[in-house]
Amino acid sequence: MINELSRRRFLSQACINVSAAWVSAHWPEMVSAATHAHEAMQSGAVYKFEFFTPAEATEIDALSARIIPTDDTPGAREAGVLYFIDRALVTFANGDQQTYRDGLVELQSAVREKFPGVEKFSAATPAQQDELLRAMEPTQDEKAPRRRRVNTAQTFLEALRVQTIAGFLIDPEAGLGNRGGVGWKLIGREPEHSFPPPFGYYDKDYPGWQPAPKMADKE
Amino acid sequence: MIEQPKYKTSDEVDFVIIGSGAAGGILAKELSTNGFRAVVLEQGPYLTEADYTHNEIKVLGEDLLTNHPKLQPTTFRKTPQDKAKQQRALVYGRSVGGTSVHFTANFWRFHEIDFIERGKVGAIPGANLVDWPIRYADLEPYYTKVEWEIGVSGLAGASPFDPPRSKPYPMPPLPVKSSGVLFERAARQLGWHPFPAPMAILSQPRPGRSACMNCGFCLGFGCEVGAKSSSLVAAIRVAERTGRCEIRPDSYVHCIETDARGRAIGAAYFDKDKNIHLQKAKAVIVCANGAETPRLLLMSANAQFPNGLANNSSGVVGKNLMLNSAAISMGVFEHPLNDYKGFAVSRILHDFYELDAQKVGFYGGGGLDGRFDATPIGFALNSLPPDTPKWGSAFKKTLAENFTRTMEVFSHGTSLPREENSFSLDPELKDAWGLPALRMTYKDHPDDLKLAKWLNDRALDLLEAAGATKKWSYPITEQEFAVHLLGTCRMGNDPKTSVIDTDHRTHDVKNLFLCDGSSFITSGRGQPTMTIEALAFRAADRITALAKSGEISA
Repeated sequence: MINELSRRRFLSQACINVSAAWVSAHWPEMVSAATHAHEAMQSGAVYKFEFFTPAEATEIDALSARIIPTDDTPGAREAGVLYFIDRALVTFANGDQQTYRDGLVELQSAVREKFPGVEKFSAATPAQQDELLRAMEPTQDEKAPRRRRVNTAQTFLEALRVQTIAGFLIDPEAGLGNRGGVGWKLIGREPEHSFPPPFGYYDKDYPGWQPAPKMADKE
Repeated sequence: MIEQPKYKTSDEVDFVIIGSGAAGGILAKELSTNGFRAVVLEQGPYLTEADYTHNEIKVLGEDLLTNHPKLQPTTFRKTPQDKAKQQRALVYGRSVGGTSVHFTANFWRFHEIDFIERGKVGAIPGANLVDWPIRYADLEPYYTKVEWEIGVSGLAGASPFDPPRSKPYPMPPLPVKSSGVLFERAARQLGWHPFPAPMAILSQPRPGRSACMNCGFCLGFGCEVGAKSSSLVAAIRVAERTGRCEIRPDSYVHCIETDARGRAIGAAYFDKDKNIHLQKAKAVIVCANGAETPRLLLMSANAQFPNGLANNSSGVVGKNLMLNSAAISMGVFEHPLNDYKGFAVSRILHDFYELDAQKVGFYGGGGLDGRFDATPIGFALNSLPPDTPKWGSAFKKTLAENFTRTMEVFSHGTSLPREENSFSLDPELKDAWGLPALRMTYKDHPDDLKLAKWLNDRALDLLEAAGATKKWSYPITEQEFAVHLLGTCRMGNDPKTSVIDTDHRTHDVKNLFLCDGSSFITSGRGQPTMTIEALAFRAADRITALAKSGEISA
């Protein structure tokens, strides 16, 4: 896998100065994480969900696909976000279990109320789905949090949004989401973990540091 | 982990050091190198390069390297008249190496003015501004020592505003990023003086440590290759190699015990299984950070020290908290910066370090840095323009366009000390060990908010001059969340108004020393770690001299 290779390259570069003990300590963990992701993706067998019922899984899949839709580029679905959320809810995000269970029940009633005849969210048209999501949004916009934290969410939509984004953009080597690195590819984050300069458009022709012109007006 | 001595808790070691961060790590290194036997008690686990990861969920979401809001809940209120409510009030490093493991690594020296500002500007209403009892010249040799011993990259003489220095940096600056080039060009266009950022990140390898590989998981993360000069890689490993220093992780100190003469006899702590031990020592040095150091003193109250240990003469333990004022503006550009590659900051400027209060109408000063410090998930959640939809194809489109094209200009500035701003013990809430939770009381001085706004306007000027196609700022509001933890056990000559003397010894307990952000008297311009480490090197010299002359045990 490309990420495994790039990680190895990162390590071999790092190893110039870092003890071999670190690599041997780290290597099994990295291999197992990468293998897990690989197997989940390649396996033809029916996936055994750890938290969701198959019916819930269908709904979550449809929901996350409206948060990061598939268009001319891969979205939440291709990144395996559903599987990420399923695992999240039995591990690090287990505090959100009730939010999901309650949220799905409420969503079900909202679907039937708004679109009589439509049985569930996943059976609605994309336009109807978007309308349902808009109805779930908080009435007043909460302030954007400043700290770069993956927050524990307060509402179902916010939980779903945070975990969909996390499952789409997590380092693929964690083996949890961002399958095939499609999330990073979309945002232009190269898969490596080591980059030589120049890094971007504006520093590629940088002539090197030049002392400032003489100071005329030091305040 | 290097083989260490294992002291018994009943062994009276020379020093017990509480906290293994920026200050504790340096003191452990210096004192053990000077021949003393030391035990370092760290509340967090002993994590090393092998434990660090780029998994944002684990590191940021689950606080792999930081204090736990569930185990250690905190409360916040704006003024002493309010009842505090439970909310996450602060973040600090909680593993061996402390906050220096995951910090940005901006490494600015204080300037002369930071030590003598009160004398220069006079009294400021609503603030408790005083001068330091030491001067820049007293610390200069130690700033140089920090740079050479732990590894700081930078370019001496590049800023016309820099204070005098006795030696150049030990290694050249890190490579420039696109954010740095945009910052530098725009700042020069505006007549300002940008320069390569001094960073505690290696641009050249050192034994056992790699130069920075520009992996892009820097702020918030531990460095897998030892390029970031944390106290773990740069000091604690040296301390361990002396054979005289034991690092004892998972050791959460809750009380400094004293004897009938009012002297410290050691530190009582919970081990991993919540069993209590008392590590005996001839002297105790607290380096637990500007929140936990005063909390520990207050929790150590006893009949002799009813207001908290070392708090009889002054009553200011926990008070005069300063967080540094801050503001952030974001800019989006036409072409990819790819600023996710590398460390956070490559260019800064200090043109506004000392503003003329007569001209601008408020006290203060600061610096700007050009940076990108977001990792992918955090970026998608927190760094898109505020008018971006929260989900759907428009969200996806903006996310796809902006990640490689965004930079930020971060304004860092002074905070004025106010006695009401403090860390204290919450009267009701307890942590998972049954200890009183930290309660933060904080309301910015009006000048701090004016300063943040003023600096942020310059940041917007800069982004405009840089040609940003879109720019926006986070709202500047009263701070309710602490990262820099400064001033809560201030240094001074007068025992009535300060907690420690210039040797970092508490006025009230002769074998108790404090050294960390709590020792500060003024806030500097937003990058405290360099000064914490310089103070720690200096404190080590002072404490060594006192110990050798028999003054501590006398």
